[in-house]
Amino acid sequence: MSLVTDTSTPPVAGFRVTRSRRSVAWTGVGALAVVVVLALFPYLVYSGTTTILVQAFIVLTLASMWNLLAGYAGLVSVGQQAFVGLGAYFVLILAIHGASPFAALPVAALGCGVAALPMWWLVSRLRSGYFAIATWVLAATIMLIIEKFSSIGGGTGMPLPGLAGLSPALLTAYTYWAGLAVTVVAMAAVYVLLRGRLGLVLTAIRDDEVAARSSGARVGLARLLVFVVAGAGCGAAGALLAISQLQVQPSAVFSVQWTAEMAFATIIGGLGTIEGPIIGTAVYIVLQQTLASYNAWYLIVLGLVAIVVALYARRGIWGLVDTHLSVRLFPVGYWLRTPGDVDRRSVRDV
Amino acid sequence: MAWVNAIIQGVLTGGLYALFACGLSLMFGVMKVVNLAHGDLAVVAGYVAIGVITVTHIPVLWSFLIVIPVMAVLGYVLQRTILQSALDRSVITTLLVTFGLSVVIENGLLQFFTANSRGLGSGLALVEDSFSIGPQIQIAYLLVVIFAVAVVVLLGLQYFLSGSKYGRLIRASADDTEAVQLAGADYRHVFGIAAAVAFATVALAGLAYGMYSQLDPTTGTDTILLFAFAAVVIGGLGSLWGTLLGGIVLGVAQQIGAQINLSDEVLAGYLVFLAILVLRPQGLTARRTQS
Repeated sequence: MSLVTDTSTPPVAGFRVTRSRRSVAWTGVGALAVVVVLALFPYLVYSGTTTILVQAFIVLTLASMWNLLAGYAGLVSVGQQAFVGLGAYFVLILAIHGASPFAALPVAALGCGVAALPMWWLVSRLRSGYFAIATWVLAATIMLIIEKFSSIGGGTGMPLPGLAGLSPALLTAYTYWAGLAVTVVAMAAVYVLLRGRLGLVLTAIRDDEVAARSSGARVGLARLLVFVVAGAGCGAAGALLAISQLQVQPSAVFSVQWTAEMAFATIIGGLGTIEGPIIGTAVYIVLQQTLASYNAWYLIVLGLVAIVVALYARRGIWGLVDTHLSVRLFPVGYWLRTPGDVDRRSVRDV
Repeated sequence: MAWVNAIIQGVLTGGLYALFACGLSLMFGVMKVVNLAHGDLAVVAGYVAIGVITVTHIPVLWSFLIVIPVMAVLGYVLQRTILQSALDRSVITTLLVTFGLSVVIENGLLQFFTANSRGLGSGLALVEDSFSIGPQIQIAYLLVVIFAVAVVVLLGLQYFLSGSKYGRLIRASADDTEAVQLAGADYRHVFGIAAAVAFATVALAGLAYGMYSQLDPTTGTDTILLFAFAAVVIGGLGSLWGTLLGGIVLGVAQQIGAQINLSDEVLAGYLVFLAILVLRPQGLTARRTQS
């Protein structure tokens, strides 16, 4: 590890190892500017727009988490709706007991992270495809158990209490800011995780699991960590969903449609790239808004596009951009700069 | 007596679940493809049968002679095209592609045929009639027939895979595609044939469920895929007869659950599945631990 992180004194004159071709600073400034502008949106745009953006925040958070699972850790989970549902129900239960739903949101995320531990213990016994269906069965089981409690609405669900005191305009704005905060924290967490030592292990797993294992990478532990983080992230998105819908209904929050949306957005945008989920979410929102009056058609189109992309452009739209332009918005790899400093000659994603 | 009835019903529905699981097991055993669209394809078979019957007015059972070959051909074509290209890339790609297929099929059915559920063969003596043993036990002829069909299918698969020349070729391709290729056989074609056989059983599963209960667009995942998977894991991965045992255990667990509380039928099955996953992750029949 020390070999690659020690960038202060180049071992050979003229060679330099950097995180990206350009300074990372402008990316940071750019990201900050985007976040500040987004934070001002409730003052600038109609509430219809912020409502759509809240939906985008939910999908982006989910997609970033699914990307971490499937794109890096090699865990194709089709049961992430378990965490969406649990997050929503954590908020509902806390709100019933008098807590503010907004204050309950981080607690819900934390609770989902903790709930991920026993769930990992169950599903990690199976591999790849069978792991996928096991997560699905687990999500169905959790929904069936929650439906048994009539105090939280049973099979029909119930409205979310605790927000009646807020005026509609304020509620929309608060929900929007909560969504923005969840997304920024989720993206930052993914970025920090992938830049650190875990990122090296995960990138190694992504590229070749057997080689990663034989090099001494603790694949099992890395996967457990990713499963927990993804659980917390999807839980936060579920909590946000409950707040934005003001209603928690078991069949809606535990719907496999959530996993379909996060998976398709990730695959189309670019599996195994941090930028991919952002692009994929944009595609998702555009398609969904255009085809809004045609019921499930947006999901059918998204699914077909995702199949084609998975087969013919494995790194998705961002992968195509990256191949041709070598751009990274979130530099997590290392670049080797040679004396002639030919930008394209580089070590990608060490 | 109610408990005896629950167990008998459970064992018989176990045959249906084993039928669900055959295709999933076969696709995984030979191609290492976990087909997440498995259940949705079974529902498609049921819908095709309903369509064929509505258009041609042929008897229900005769329509099976059309639907099963059609699904087998579909299996061959899907395997030779998108499933094989996904396999050539990675295992994860096969999961992404079959999950995509599953969502597309389910929502497509929803879009074109609404969420209404439909049954197959209502009014048919085979579907409606039952016989009784004593005052409390009533057994539907259909369940007995489905159980028998499941056993015949499993026996047939067993014979086909271990006894026939083509079965040996399939097992050889499952073990080592390159060696098969060197020996002069086209493993892609062999995989296509295996997929055709698997899809024929998938069609049979969809048709059987359509007669036993009702099909709607979500049946494919909610019921067929998840129950098939639970049966496979309970019985032990890669064992055909284990699948039957797994189906029976799942069926009995569900019926006993329903006996305790009518709405707990599905949950009881899943809890038994999770218990097996914890206590015996290799399944009931497998000797070696899963590698």
